[in-house]
Amino acid sequence: MSCLQTIADYGLRAIGIGERLLPRDDFTLCQQFTLIGSGMVWNVYFGVLALVFGFCLATLVAVGKASPRAAFRKPSEWFIFVFRGSPLFIQFFFAYFLFLNLKGVYPVFSPFTAAWLGALIVLFLNTAAYSAEIFYGALQSIPKGEVEAADAYGLSGWSRFRRIVWPTMLRLAWPAYTNEAIFLFHATTLVFFSGFPAWQQRGDALYYARYFADKTFNPFIPYPILAMYFILLTLVIIGLFGLVNSRLNRHLPANTRQRLKVRPNLIR
Amino acid sequence: MACYLTTGKHMSIYWSVLTVLTLLAITAPAALAFGFAGASAARSRIAPLSWLGRGYIAIVRGVPDIAFFLFFVIALDQMIEYARHRMLCPDWSEPIRQGNDFVVCAAAKMPLGTAPQWVHETYGFFTAVLTFAIVFGAFAANVLYGAMRAVPRAQLETAEAYGMSPRQTFRRVLVPQMWVYALPGLSNLWMVLIKATPLLFLLGVEDIVYWARELGGSKTPRFTDYPHGDWRMWYFLALLVFYLAFTRLSEVVLDRVMKRLTKGQATTGGEAQRKAA
Repeated sequence: MSCLQTIADYGLRAIGIGERLLPRDDFTLCQQFTLIGSGMVWNVYFGVLALVFGFCLATLVAVGKASPRAAFRKPSEWFIFVFRGSPLFIQFFFAYFLFLNLKGVYPVFSPFTAAWLGALIVLFLNTAAYSAEIFYGALQSIPKGEVEAADAYGLSGWSRFRRIVWPTMLRLAWPAYTNEAIFLFHATTLVFFSGFPAWQQRGDALYYARYFADKTFNPFIPYPILAMYFILLTLVIIGLFGLVNSRLNRHLPANTRQRLKVRPNLIR
Repeated sequence: MACYLTTGKHMSIYWSVLTVLTLLAITAPAALAFGFAGASAARSRIAPLSWLGRGYIAIVRGVPDIAFFLFFVIALDQMIEYARHRMLCPDWSEPIRQGNDFVVCAAAKMPLGTAPQWVHETYGFFTAVLTFAIVFGAFAANVLYGAMRAVPRAQLETAEAYGMSPRQTFRRVLVPQMWVYALPGLSNLWMVLIKATPLLFLLGVEDIVYWARELGGSKTPRFTDYPHGDWRMWYFLALLVFYLAFTRLSEVVLDRVMKRLTKGQATTGGEAQRKAA
């Protein structure tokens, strides 16, 4: 079987297109590359959607935490503490069984027990909490002069936030936020390890890598392949976020610009 | 209720909480030692040693951590077995990798196939500890490397001016002063380490996640005196609360340590303390 044939069979296996059965024996390098690569579809799916929705919620929560009103501040603080203080792994498990119980009572919840929605919600809330903390930190370090200048120009309320505070907050938070994004993509590998089942063996990249490692007792091939894919993904993220970073910093003289410092995080 | 929570199986979950705490207690110093070795190696003036340190730090970063956990446990296990195989069975002619199988002679199995169950469990636990130490050691090395470079240059120059050798400078001036710079990073790492403990489950140790799944599952009256439905949600809720409490406690303690360490240091924190006093 040629490699092109393998790619045609397994290239989109992770979303259920192509050959139904996974290879059983005589694993070729090509099969491993193809299947692990097809699993990356899920990692990208979880990562991108959680990041986009998480960004919106994180802005709200960060503003809430910076608010002087306790009614806004307390819930935001608790939200951040709960999601940052406990392991993502346990959150996945808890959410899965919570949804399972809810499903027993209200059938509406049945899609939530599937990874594509349930895990996405957990990742979304989790990244929202971590990003909110980053944004909150940035919000606290906005130069006083900028806000005073905005006041002097008669900007207030929403327009001050929209034109002055928010762009500066993003600019200050962006390097840390880039790390958070990289980290979120790494965290997507946990999904199929927690309760969420991989329906019809449609799993993410790590799911397939582990499949091969279990079948061959040889971790030295699938995991480096996985690592390679993730390093590529990380480089793409750094590139994209770098573009946004240079746009956010475009008004500054070159020597005061913040450069992106990539410092990948660990498990949460 | 009190009876239910003290059944034999529930005792095992309490033991597994202790396992987690032991893991933390062993891993944290071990990772710090690995990190210290890595950071000192990276600073070394001997090029190969420096490459080794830098390589160690660089490789572990940028790859998803659980991939590392899964990889290291098998790789370590196979490395140990391979080494023992070479030593104990020199006249073994067959190749070790036979297609999909990893075959070593019976005497080289680790632990021995005849060993009692608890040896297997302990061995599994220690490979897990070593894996954690290696992975977290790399991150600790990164933090310590940064901290060593953050110590004001003037301090080291003064030490040199007093005629101290590089080794003396390192031991007497650099190391005592670097902790205050390293602590924020290290405390962050500690938080991450706490939150990484559920991954023990992936390494095959029967930890709290395992027991929570086991005990929470539906029980029929046939096998237990306390039948119940699917309670796994509540067990995981309890774990969630346990971890939250533990992180909160660590935060408080680390805050105190930070206060102690900043005392008398030439940093903004130390300056603020001096002014307040």
